[in-house]
Amino acid sequence: MEEYDIAIIGSGVTGSATACVLSRYDLRIAVLEKAADVGFGVSKANSGIVHGGFHYPLTTLKGRLEIQGNLMFEKLQYDLDFPFRRCGILVAAFTEEELAIVHKLYLRGVENRVPGIEFCSRERMLALEEKLSSDVMGGLYAPNGGVVEPYRYVFSLSELAKANGAEFFTRYEVVKAVRNQELWELTAVDGRQLRAKWVVNAAGLFADQVSEIFGAEKFRIVPRKGEEYLLDRNSKAYPSKVIFPVPTAHSKGVLVIPTVGGTTMVGPTAEITEDKKDAATTAANMKAIFAMAKNMVPAVSERDLITSFSGSRPSMAGEDFMIAPSEVVPGLIQAAGIQSPGLTASPAVAEYIRDLLKEQGVRMTEKKHLVTSLPQVRMIREASLEEAAALHQENPSWTRIICRCEKISEAEIVNAIRRGHTTVDGIKFYTRAGMGRCQGGFCSYKILKIIARETGMSMEEITKRGRSGNLLFGKITELAEKDEVKS
Amino acid sequence: MINHKETDIAVIGAGAAGLSAGAACASEGVRTLIIDREPLPGGVLLQCIHNGFGLHYFKEELTGPEFAGRMEEKARQAGAEFLMDHTVMEIRNQEDKKELVLYSAEDGVTLVHAKAVIFAAGCRERNRGNLGIPGDRVAGIFTAGLAQRLLNMDGFLPGKKAVIVGSGDIGLIMARRLSWCGIKVETVVEILPHPSGLSRNIAQCLDDFNIPLRLATAVTKIGGSDRVEYVRIAPLVNGEPDLSREETIECDTVLFSVGLIPETELIRNCGVTINPVTNGAVADGNMMTSVPGIFSCGNVLHVHDLVDFVAEESELCAKKAVQYIKGRIKGGSQIPTEAVKNLGYVIPNSALCETTRFYMRPRILCPKAVLTVRNGEEIIYQKNVLHVKPAEMITAELSGEKLQNLPEDAKLSFELEPVEVKS
Repeated sequence: MEEYDIAIIGSGVTGSATACVLSRYDLRIAVLEKAADVGFGVSKANSGIVHGGFHYPLTTLKGRLEIQGNLMFEKLQYDLDFPFRRCGILVAAFTEEELAIVHKLYLRGVENRVPGIEFCSRERMLALEEKLSSDVMGGLYAPNGGVVEPYRYVFSLSELAKANGAEFFTRYEVVKAVRNQELWELTAVDGRQLRAKWVVNAAGLFADQVSEIFGAEKFRIVPRKGEEYLLDRNSKAYPSKVIFPVPTAHSKGVLVIPTVGGTTMVGPTAEITEDKKDAATTAANMKAIFAMAKNMVPAVSERDLITSFSGSRPSMAGEDFMIAPSEVVPGLIQAAGIQSPGLTASPAVAEYIRDLLKEQGVRMTEKKHLVTSLPQVRMIREASLEEAAALHQENPSWTRIICRCEKISEAEIVNAIRRGHTTVDGIKFYTRAGMGRCQGGFCSYKILKIIARETGMSMEEITKRGRSGNLLFGKITELAEKDEVKS
Repeated sequence: MINHKETDIAVIGAGAAGLSAGAACASEGVRTLIIDREPLPGGVLLQCIHNGFGLHYFKEELTGPEFAGRMEEKARQAGAEFLMDHTVMEIRNQEDKKELVLYSAEDGVTLVHAKAVIFAAGCRERNRGNLGIPGDRVAGIFTAGLAQRLLNMDGFLPGKKAVIVGSGDIGLIMARRLSWCGIKVETVVEILPHPSGLSRNIAQCLDDFNIPLRLATAVTKIGGSDRVEYVRIAPLVNGEPDLSREETIECDTVLFSVGLIPETELIRNCGVTINPVTNGAVADGNMMTSVPGIFSCGNVLHVHDLVDFVAEESELCAKKAVQYIKGRIKGGSQIPTEAVKNLGYVIPNSALCETTRFYMRPRILCPKAVLTVRNGEEIIYQKNVLHVKPAEMITAELSGEKLQNLPEDAKLSFELEPVEVKS
């Protein structure tokens, strides 16, 4: 049985960021992910916001980690090359009552030392954002807020971790944990086993179940579902900044988001659900989201809808992050309840977990040969004609366009596959192929063929996102053969 | 290195419209370049292996690939040049010419310099995401055209038990095709109170296979954890699904045939005005868009029912484009057209004082109606139309003589009035 210093359960933003930080040291690290690819849980289905740090007081752990995490994004982007833009955040108030709440948020922001935060008049709000409804009464501007492509961010974190020796195991669902001679023996559902001195529980929605497997703290993760609706890149609603409504006790409300990829996104809802796997959208929520979004940005229109999705926030009692060594069992760090602003906080969360492990006596010696950055992820759509011609010289598949809506070349898709993303969704999240207005209607059969060619899988073996989500059910010729046998 | 290529007319798209337009241009002796991103000419016709094409145009019944093959042959014979496997990334509008940016694995980056462009890029299929159909995002959800391509060109079966959403022609054709492959088609669900496809397809593709068609019915959920496991449907009452009568249909595959959307992004980015009703370009009597020198025809202009109409319209478009590059196009003011009653749209959006064929999409379903074209109160043209339905386009030809005699400020209003039929 292989032995690791640290096993991280879950390869979402928390697990991957932690792996990325810990892989700088002379430690043997395993990341165990039950899905077919990294970041396929909570981290792939959210608003992709780098929050400003004015929603929570610094007395909360998430408030502290949010503002610290926010400050770390430029360096991370420089090192890891993922799509991120510090476009700024507006909170728009439409009544006197809302304005009073926004003022409180502003004061919190000042207390949290949010750089450049402003309390704005109606005129200032309209000058800052021309897409905003003229019914706005005033609001708040946080220039330090931004947008990030969450899946690409997680992929980058995992890639740097891998470059520094961390080992990622996908389709590895831990079902058993036994403490034996100062080590945790972990068993996956398919029987694979490994040993680790320390385990980090970063299992997102399933952190409560993982804690139970370890016989550690009893708590409950309550999924709070949110639906998001994506609009075409030609939508006239695309704002220059993220527009927030005035928050309620449980949610930051329905936002109008200019995604880094160029589409407009509206959402999310916030709905307690019993089923962690429930990722269904509903007609009622679609109606509600569009009504709320149009209230803030009148140019939002159902006509521009490309697609929708749903994801769940792993909320727990107390509503704060729970990041601490287990008080029940040895060798386990709990990182649970990491809902919004978990994406923003993630770089700080990872360092916080590192420091906890250090305090617990884990020796951290920096690696001699450390990889500190990743090569640039090139995109043909961002290349000038001269650059495109040069890329073609390097490899002709750079100028073979596979996804016409998002302008993604064969070279980009092959790159994603060679980096280990072999499901249709994995390739979509890595490259954006199939994410545009035709939703894969034109390119998905081409992508299936490229996956089959590059991996040696048959077309029937390829899945949407792993497990039994196969896309095709065999060939016509096989059917004919079966008929012949019958007759 | 960036390649350069010169031509008189660049045709974007080598489907039914592009091939017809390209053949017509080349036969008038102008240098014609037909560009397409796919390796073979024919467009979506190549996956339409059923028959029913060409009855009007070639006066015989052909399959899609046969129709495409004949048109391609015509274009090649006439001397049109083909540039396949090349994607047009951008159209640049310059004063005296158009510049097309092409990417391909073969040549890298190519700039095509053309005197005029015929935009014949066809449609994409409206899909589940565009409609916001509720439920899970699972494997097994296809647009009908994608399933058709996978089945007819690559030989792959999309599932075992299917529900088809939308009664558009591709969906109906696919209901039959899936049945032939041993895939059980549980039902075809249509949100409208009438079918969206041609009557002959309802008879030949559903009735003959005992596939139930549920009209005025909405999909309320697509469910499953990895692959589609069920579809929930409910009848519409006052435009809203009646959830008390919701039912669950077990299946592993859902095909969407819910309409086509013209792929106009390339010309839109180049400043061409789009008609919000057709989603295609606004086209004048010369089949020219709002940007001089850019012409448009086929399904990217407006969605046709029959490929024969596409061919006819594209040939006219080609003729006008050739006149344009020869400086012989008719300028000056044109007579605006509008659809005022029971019609979705009229193409072209304005007419020259010459014999013109107009294409209209009815919005009503009735056994008989009268089509009237007026200028103000004055009736210019009238005809009876039988079996009116939104699925079938109406055409009307107005003579040049009639149009020439109109006053300068004339406007053509098209209206469709249902007529009661005595039983």
